[in-house]
Amino acid sequence: MTSYYEASARERLHALLDKDSFREFLPPTERVVSPHLVQLDTPAAFDDGVIVGRATLDGRPVLVAAQEGGFMGGAVGEVHGAKLVGLLERARDEKPAAVLLLVESGGVRLHEANAGLIGVSEIMRAVLALRSEGVPVLVLDGGQFGCFGGMGIVARLCDAIVMSEEGRLGLSGPEVIETTCGVEEFDSRDRALVWRTVGGKHRYLLGEADALVADDIAAFREAAIGLLDTTPDLSLAALAAEHERLGARLQKFGALRDALDIWSALGVAKPEKLPLLEADAFNAVVAGKRA
Amino acid sequence: MDVKILLKQLFPAGHDVAFDGQFFHGTGETPRGKVAIIGSIDAAPIGVELAFRMADDVLKIVRDHPGRPILLLVDTQGQRLSRRDELLGINGYMAHLAKCLQLARNSGHRIIGLVYSEAVSGGFLASSLLADRCYALPEAQVKVMNLPAMSRITKIPLERLQELSMTSPVFAPGVLNYLKMGAVHSLWDGDLSERLAEALDAPAEGDRRRQWGEEREGRKLARSVSERVRHAAS
Repeated sequence: MTSYYEASARERLHALLDKDSFREFLPPTERVVSPHLVQLDTPAAFDDGVIVGRATLDGRPVLVAAQEGGFMGGAVGEVHGAKLVGLLERARDEKPAAVLLLVESGGVRLHEANAGLIGVSEIMRAVLALRSEGVPVLVLDGGQFGCFGGMGIVARLCDAIVMSEEGRLGLSGPEVIETTCGVEEFDSRDRALVWRTVGGKHRYLLGEADALVADDIAAFREAAIGLLDTTPDLSLAALAAEHERLGARLQKFGALRDALDIWSALGVAKPEKLPLLEADAFNAVVAGKRA
Repeated sequence: MDVKILLKQLFPAGHDVAFDGQFFHGTGETPRGKVAIIGSIDAAPIGVELAFRMADDVLKIVRDHPGRPILLLVDTQGQRLSRRDELLGINGYMAHLAKCLQLARNSGHRIIGLVYSEAVSGGFLASSLLADRCYALPEAQVKVMNLPAMSRITKIPLERLQELSMTSPVFAPGVLNYLKMGAVHSLWDGDLSERLAEALDAPAEGDRRRQWGEEREGRKLARSVSERVRHAAS
């Protein structure tokens, strides 16, 4: 068992994809770095914190990107964003079985905030254009920095999300909310509160994540393979159905203050026990109870 | 600019915009036909309800008025910061709005964004940045974060950020920076109803913002790096 959480982006790609199948576009030897970090005397990375390339998964051709949380929390700058956009556009040309996004990002990189924000909006547009052409985009989220800011929106634009309990998904991170609104609004050091608010189990129960897996790269691989035949659907009927689900969520859970209340409302008998369960036991307990 | 004055200038032939809290919507008359209007006032924080409400309108427009152009007039201080919004999955509500706008685009609706007051960070991402083209009034304020907060988080001295912002559009607040980087197509002045008609006449095209950013020398790498990845030999 190899921890997805502890692994670097390159280690994740190596263990997730078919053996020796990964070929990187603009590898570190090309030295495509952020000029904006250099200008601010901040260390740059030769891949700008994201690795993009092609590979096979279970013998099927895929395009894949992996964000490296170890470099600036996987934050999106001009080059980082452009690599993701280029990969998504390449998928429109090549029509692979799927695009895999191994997300790990705090969102926009403040050192190049405007370029990062615009870049994220270009990623959003590129994901939607690609899905409109029938290529599914699958998200894997289980890294140390989670998936926040604009990348949290990007993840929910995609066809499916695979998470571990350790994975986190949201818009404004707990630290940002605490700094802006005070510790009484969100205590970012209360780890149990953070995990149950933005962690994989809650996202799975809400119906946002499509699979909850153990913190094991092999488990992520298996889940991703199972999702390869997903068919993107951006039809009026599909979005009207999503609209109904999101409206129902506001109706049912809008007045609740804590994930435990939501889990209880979903019919989970002992919601306080859920955070303690391993993935298999958790999946068994919540079967048929997701929103 | 006050939104009521703005609406009068954009739609001299009339409109039926109705307000509900910080949200408004309606239809405006133009020489090119009716335009659907969706917007917000008072620098509204975009939380789960507002994103859902806007998506609701987009779906209704697609369903009931095929092809009608959509004008986004969103005044926002950014995403609403709260634990409740995160608990309910605010990013998913914003993504849903983005998907609904893509459905509209795919169904032949033009989507025009006009930043008339304020556009910040996640609120900007969930609205005007999703338009076919985003325009702005010259007095609009556009940013991710102000420089003092940026300095605190990045640990880069404020003086250094201020000095660099004189020559670099890449991180500092300002609508001109977003113009230079290609996110804002152009600034609207003069007769706003004429600017709107011009925008309605503009060709539907893919996402050209990287080209504009490169041409204006505000974002010199985004286009070329994305093209290199798209066409790299493998």
